[in-house]
Amino acid sequence: MERELSTDQSVMPKTPIPEQPDDTVVSPWREAFWQLKKNKLAVFGAFIIIFFVLVAIIAPFIAPYGYDELHAGERLTGPSTQNWFGTDDLGRDIFTRIVYGARISLFVGFFSVTGALVMGTLLGVIAGFFGRWIDLLISRIFDVLLAFPSILLAIAIVAILGPSLQNALLAIAIINIPIFGRLVRSRVLSIREEEYILAAKALGMKNSRILFHHILPNSVAPIIVQATLSFGSAILEAAALGFLGLGAQPPTPEWGKMLSDARQYIQTAPWTVLFPGLSIMLVVLGFNLLGDGLRDALDPKMKNM
Amino acid sequence: MLAYTIRRLLLLIPVLFGMSIVTFAIIYLIPGNPARIILGDHATEKAIANLEEQLGLNKPLYIQYLNYISNLLRGDLGTSIRTNSPIASELWPHLAATFELTIFAMLFATIIGVNAGIISAWKKNSWFDYLAMIVALIGVSMPVFWLGLMQQWIFSQELGWFPSFGRDNPRDPVQMITGFYLIDTLLAGRIDQFWTVLKHLVMPGIALGTIPMAIIARMTRSSMLEVLQSDFIRTVEAKGTRKFVVIYKHAFKNAVIPVLTVVGLQTGTLLGGAILTETIFSWPGVGRYIFEAIGTRDYPVIQSGILVIAFIFVIINLLVDLIYSYIDPRIKY
Repeated sequence: MERELSTDQSVMPKTPIPEQPDDTVVSPWREAFWQLKKNKLAVFGAFIIIFFVLVAIIAPFIAPYGYDELHAGERLTGPSTQNWFGTDDLGRDIFTRIVYGARISLFVGFFSVTGALVMGTLLGVIAGFFGRWIDLLISRIFDVLLAFPSILLAIAIVAILGPSLQNALLAIAIINIPIFGRLVRSRVLSIREEEYILAAKALGMKNSRILFHHILPNSVAPIIVQATLSFGSAILEAAALGFLGLGAQPPTPEWGKMLSDARQYIQTAPWTVLFPGLSIMLVVLGFNLLGDGLRDALDPKMKNM
Repeated sequence: MLAYTIRRLLLLIPVLFGMSIVTFAIIYLIPGNPARIILGDHATEKAIANLEEQLGLNKPLYIQYLNYISNLLRGDLGTSIRTNSPIASELWPHLAATFELTIFAMLFATIIGVNAGIISAWKKNSWFDYLAMIVALIGVSMPVFWLGLMQQWIFSQELGWFPSFGRDNPRDPVQMITGFYLIDTLLAGRIDQFWTVLKHLVMPGIALGTIPMAIIARMTRSSMLEVLQSDFIRTVEAKGTRKFVVIYKHAFKNAVIPVLTVVGLQTGTLLGGAILTETIFSWPGVGRYIFEAIGTRDYPVIQSGILVIAFIFVIINLLVDLIYSYIDPRIKY
């Protein structure tokens, strides 16, 4: 699973590495940024994400109507100059709903990934750094959580808590915790064995200082890569829950919910199904492209391959 | 190898124990009185008391858990509240439907994905390589339920090639023997029905198989590229072996292990992920069974359905690991 998403570097046409001045010390982050900028697919992914973020921020200014504004006379009308993406079964403007939907998808993606990242990092650090029975306990909890197919676990959590956008967000955060947790734990375990940690200990550095000055900064790169890829999958999971009626509730313009509401009109009004799906696909594609590019740029093993 | 197998089986015990706690806890995590929530607001006190008695909710927690475990170990998955029949017997036809769909989807995903990956690596940076990898990228980014809807629209409603829902022709239903309709129709000697069932499988199978196909193609490609750089490939080529044989026989044999791992892991993921595809195509699988149970607050079905799927998922992952260590003698445990 580690490598399957990392194949894009070789899809890219090889460009010669620009000469870098020898006498200046280049920070690894800057080097990674250079590496990333050369990856056209990753840059394209970043542009898609920036585009959707901008759309989400300025939604009220570009949306021609309100997202729950009903136009009884204009039900299921096709794309036109008034309604770019057509209207749905209640006469609501689909373009407007997609623009507002970007807010919801990015909101759910951001907060569920951030939550999973914080909790996962915390648990992973505790498990990896303190070891013994704490590690055993936390690792087994991760094993159990990962033993359930993720979407099924999310469905179970929402089934317990009741369907709503907040509960869907919480469920997606929970299913992503063990992914970050395991990643951080394995980083901590491998860094802990490095000689410079031994040196730091020999110099009398305290555990907490070693943790914050050496171990965590060295774990940041893989966490960023995982967070980017998880952002995309979180958006897909939120749409899936919405589609099953377990996420956002009407009249919230959530993309997955829009799809399930529109299903029955697919024959007469295919645009009602086409555009929400395309939006999900595009934004997830953006995160996958950027995530792949970041992995190639930040993972030293992949560098210059 | 035997020692490794035993160790893995022993490691499975705490995971299974944890899984049973999670599914057991589902009913207690519901905010409020579970019996009241299951029966709705208009339930009488007597009905609630009866249901509590039936589910054993009025006993101490540890006794409830011990009962739950001992029932599970005896293969008793509980009783559905909605239909009042044992879940274990209700579950099998649904499970068979999901298996049939998953196997079909994985066959599709593996055959197409592996070959696309091999050719991509072989003709690296060709138009085929670019196209295949772009399709694979879009494949992993697409919501599976949207792909299913688009398929229904184009191939079923516009072109009329495939039926858009169900497993068989409801006016000429398949006589169930094993639960696998492709096998059942052949056992009954009904070739016409076999084709009908196969046609019903095509669209949900492709929808479900698209994401694993994309992942398998990317994995095969990167694994093949790595192998193609090794010295022994150069030696085989120097001997004048045909390129096709070099690629498919010598190179792929050495690139197959990570691919197999992905195939195994994806099979497990599909079992759980099938719920979306099953919803779109009205496929009477286990995902659908659990989903309908959520709608009717049939918690015993939710608990047992999820536990069974997770159990199969864990077993598949274990088998993948065991096969992995078996076929690659370089890996030592």
